[in-house]
Amino acid sequence: MYELKFDPELCLHCTTQACLTRCQYMEIDGETAQKEILKIARGEDSFVLHECATCYACEEYCTFGNHPYYLIAEKQELLGISPVPRPLIQRAVNLGIPFRGQPEIKEINGPVLNIAAFSELTYLIQGKLFDGVTPISTDERKMFHYFCQLMYLHYGRDSVIKERLPRIIETIAKHKPTEVVCFHDECYGAYTSYCKAHGIDVPFRPVHFYEYLYNRLVELKEMIRPVNLKVAYQRPCSSRLSPDKHLFVGRIFDLIGAESVKREFVDENALCCAGAIEGQKREGSRKGAAMQQQKNVEDMKRAGAEVCVFNCPACFQTLGGTVARNGIKPVHMSDLCRLAIGEIPAGWR
Amino acid sequence: MALKDFAYGDTIHRCFRCGYCKFPANWVDVNNCPPYARFRMETYSCGGRLWLSRAWLNGQIDWTEHLAEVLYSCTTCRNCEVKCPLRFNVDIVNMVVAARGEMVEAGRLPAAVKNFLQNVELYGNPYGTGRSSRGAWAEGTEIERYNGHEYLFYVGCTGSYDARARRSALALSQILRRAGVSFGVLGNEENCDGNEVHKLGEQGLFEVLAQDNITRFKGLGVKKIITLSPHAFNAFKNHYPAYGGDFSIFHYTHVINGLLKAGRIRFSDNMHVRVAYHDPCFLGRWNNEYEAPREILKAIPGVDLVEMEKNRESALCCGGGGGNFQIDLLGGSENSPARRRIREALKAGATVLAVACPKCLIMFEDAVKSEGVEENLSVLDISEIAAKAWGMIGHSQ
Amino acid sequence: MDSIYQSLAAIVDAEHVSDRPEELYIYSFDLGTAEPHRPDYVVSPETTVQVQEIVRLANRENIPVVPLGGGMSLAGLAVPLRGGILLDLKRMDRIIEVNEKARYAVLECGVSQGQLTSYLERHHPHLTHSEPGAPPAATIVGNVVIHGQGDLAHPYGFNSDMVNGLEVVLPTGEVCSFGSCAVGASWFTNHPMPDVGLFLGWCGTTGIITKLSIRLLPAKRIRGIGRFVVDDEGLVPEIFYKLTHTQMAEDIIAFSSAIPPFASKLQHFTVNIAADSEKELELKQQIIWDDTLGEYIKRGDGAYLGFTRSLERPQISKTSDYKKGGGFEYVGSIMPIEKYPECYRRGREISERHDIPYTVTGRCIGAAHSMMFAWTYAFNRADPKTIEGARNALHETDRLVLELGGVIWKPGTFGQKLVLERLDPNTRDLMKKIKGLLDPKGIMNPGNWEIP
Repeated sequence: MYELKFDPELCLHCTTQACLTRCQYMEIDGETAQKEILKIARGEDSFVLHECATCYACEEYCTFGNHPYYLIAEKQELLGISPVPRPLIQRAVNLGIPFRGQPEIKEINGPVLNIAAFSELTYLIQGKLFDGVTPISTDERKMFHYFCQLMYLHYGRDSVIKERLPRIIETIAKHKPTEVVCFHDECYGAYTSYCKAHGIDVPFRPVHFYEYLYNRLVELKEMIRPVNLKVAYQRPCSSRLSPDKHLFVGRIFDLIGAESVKREFVDENALCCAGAIEGQKREGSRKGAAMQQQKNVEDMKRAGAEVCVFNCPACFQTLGGTVARNGIKPVHMSDLCRLAIGEIPAGWR
Repeated sequence: MALKDFAYGDTIHRCFRCGYCKFPANWVDVNNCPPYARFRMETYSCGGRLWLSRAWLNGQIDWTEHLAEVLYSCTTCRNCEVKCPLRFNVDIVNMVVAARGEMVEAGRLPAAVKNFLQNVELYGNPYGTGRSSRGAWAEGTEIERYNGHEYLFYVGCTGSYDARARRSALALSQILRRAGVSFGVLGNEENCDGNEVHKLGEQGLFEVLAQDNITRFKGLGVKKIITLSPHAFNAFKNHYPAYGGDFSIFHYTHVINGLLKAGRIRFSDNMHVRVAYHDPCFLGRWNNEYEAPREILKAIPGVDLVEMEKNRESALCCGGGGGNFQIDLLGGSENSPARRRIREALKAGATVLAVACPKCLIMFEDAVKSEGVEENLSVLDISEIAAKAWGMIGHSQ
Repeated sequence: MDSIYQSLAAIVDAEHVSDRPEELYIYSFDLGTAEPHRPDYVVSPETTVQVQEIVRLANRENIPVVPLGGGMSLAGLAVPLRGGILLDLKRMDRIIEVNEKARYAVLECGVSQGQLTSYLERHHPHLTHSEPGAPPAATIVGNVVIHGQGDLAHPYGFNSDMVNGLEVVLPTGEVCSFGSCAVGASWFTNHPMPDVGLFLGWCGTTGIITKLSIRLLPAKRIRGIGRFVVDDEGLVPEIFYKLTHTQMAEDIIAFSSAIPPFASKLQHFTVNIAADSEKELELKQQIIWDDTLGEYIKRGDGAYLGFTRSLERPQISKTSDYKKGGGFEYVGSIMPIEKYPECYRRGREISERHDIPYTVTGRCIGAAHSMMFAWTYAFNRADPKTIEGARNALHETDRLVLELGGVIWKPGTFGQKLVLERLDPNTRDLMKKIKGLLDPKGIMNPGNWEIP
């Protein structure tokens, strides 16, 4: 069985308790923070387990890499505390069940781009940027065979991840990839951060999508013409699992001539899309999520953004409409990069 | 052949006949399947055609001339594939073509289809006109025979033989020459591209044509091909690679658009017309090209570009596909798709209906006459409009 | 019979009449499990006068006439059970008038749902009609003739309750008009002769409606769907009741299905909300999700799944692909909403016994006055065993409806018999008299709603 590598001693000796003192959803001072995290470690109930918005940020805030969020998610399940109502858990758990047969496994023996549960979005991986990499999970009927399962963190069902993820890894490995570029940021977080934290073996090299895009853009440097756009970046929750790769956002923007506007809610202070919050049990969740989304978009507007760059399709679905209604164009990073090399993505005007 | 041996024997029954396929993408009316628009009987709808094909292959109904006409009335415009909500939608036209293949195998075809195929086999064109006049359209011009030029300009059967369509071949040649594009034609050596033959279900003949053309092109060192017709564009781009035909294929609107952007063509302000552009099926729904032709028109000062209600992937097919520009199973009524489209152009306020396909050109020319609106609407190929806008006055026929 | 063909060809034209095997084959089928029956002729008229002449001919020659609209009843109501003339009415597809001020549209009988929706969106964006879940090729008239309901059923009731007037060709060939149009006024109300109950709901067995005036409803700028889910079917009736009390929703549906897995053993609600401003939208959302359903969310019994701003047509046709077989049929019923839990449980049980993935839906009508509850059974058209299986499940379900105290909506011949058996005998006699008066020769869609 897979056990979380969490060391309470680190929390005992921590001087900042940043995991909880920096939480954007709860007001917690240092003393309370230490008390609560140790309670949680001991398997006791804590208000933190009930109030957690499941934004993943504390994974990034913790200076020891001690996985406070994975701990919270695990203990929520053990204590029967769920962030969302019961029917939603069942719905989510069933959503990930593949029911349309087995995937067709072709041995690639080369670099692979895993689209995972976003098979319908193959239009986002078109053009020269993706020459030389072979997409897998392109059949939406079979996509749940490639689904990294990490979404269940939002539902307090850590056990589902542990149960299903090894089989998913096996399926991907069957394609004999030399490396696996993860289309979705959360997949990358699963195969690096989550697996490492739980001792799950990953027999391939995961590559962050933005690292891949950046390197590819450098290869195609001659083709780049500055996009000359003022951009805001919608940082997804999963980005907190790979903070070492966040720097590629700025690098890509610099390379393609996109001006990253000066926002309040940016980098470690970024606001999640609130897609996971609006259905939570806590009273006021729906309205709170809507207000957070408005706050997020107002921030982009104030900073003068013309374009909002998305990383995660779920953020896009949740926030894209609101962004567009406020006069800012929503676009995926890969499409922005395509613009930079003179290609016109579908739907771009 | 029994249903169980039919290529789509285990999927053709999945059509529910829900009727989505009758509508255009934007739902404007139920007249976007050309044969259904023409006859408005369920047998002629896409679903009716699939059910009848299945019933025939399953031995539930016998072959009749009427059945064959229903099957051959499909113009392979792909509207049904765009609208069908079910997963087998990608194979609908393939099913119709495969069912036609069964009729070809059985030798039971409508007479006009038989003639079409025999003519292509014997003379390299569906008209039955001799090969020795294929290159006649270029006589008296300075158009060169292909001899290592950068591009092969592939004219196609309609552009070579049809009196009206020849004018667009000439107009395009003038533009390419003046823009300094290096191109040559095959003249009498040109043979049918086979797109319609393929859609009529004669796979054997198509293969022969494809292999023959590929051998000829390769033998001449052809690397890039410009086509006048989107039908040829489709055959070369999507079918020929399977037979080793790996050339770079361009429809002429791609080329003109590129020349415009490079500043090698300059339009003057010598036309004042309201133009509606008709999206040809083999450029639009088949190959996703909706913008290049429009960009050309928008670049012409004095052209006021309007859109018909059914445009882009909602366009109503002219009714000429699937060999019907010659076989003519959809003519003879004000409900013919071409005549409907003329009325749609007039409704949009157009004085010119612009096309980018020689088959659309001849279908709509006839329809304008049948509708009696020659005074109100001209039909012009984009090549002709562009030539005029570039100050090239007329051209000999 | 050849002279009949000649007469029909003289009424329409040679291209729109057929006695050829291909037309007879295609028009013999309903898209569901009903057995096919071939007509003798298929005719597609273009005008009311042509319809009259065809009906008069049929009367003279004692030939059945079966009117066909979109053919989406999925109950075999346009299958020519006794042969005769199949009348494909879809060529009569003119939208004659849209009156914005009085909010109605006058249509010919062949106008399809999709055509009207598209027309209103382009020319009268502040108006809409109650659009049923059937594919867009279904006709407006076909839907009212079977007491259909659409996506405005909760605020406005059955589509047949939205009729201002009719033009009807009687089985004896006369044309009658009903409603204000009958006294020469515009088609704005169904008075002074409100009793169009001679034709609506009779499923095309008492006459042929050639024109219709249907009420149009306001279309707000923002229209979208909010979703909610519970795992206890026992909660569904009270949720319907509470939601309807708010008067804030446009369409309320509860559904459950075995496929896809996320819907299995859960009850999903879709609640259509319309608003002209963000303020109005937020107010309605607050009332619905926070004030009314908040208690379920807090207890963890129900979850809010978000709101999407577009009215996505449910692609019912996709159900036909569950068994990869191009076919499905459903039993529709009008039920008291309190029966939802039992309808769901018994429906699952019947489906599972017949090895069909279960699909059930309930659409709220009026202020929870009733619901249209449907049990859907998919089959594979290429496998007769599955057609038989679906048919058996449908018949069992017909019986279930009546057992649970509901009424079968637009039953096929099997369900019609069950209803007629139970019907008040005096009412049954009156129906027989009316039919006899309107259709003395019994030529109008015989075999359907035939009273022994």
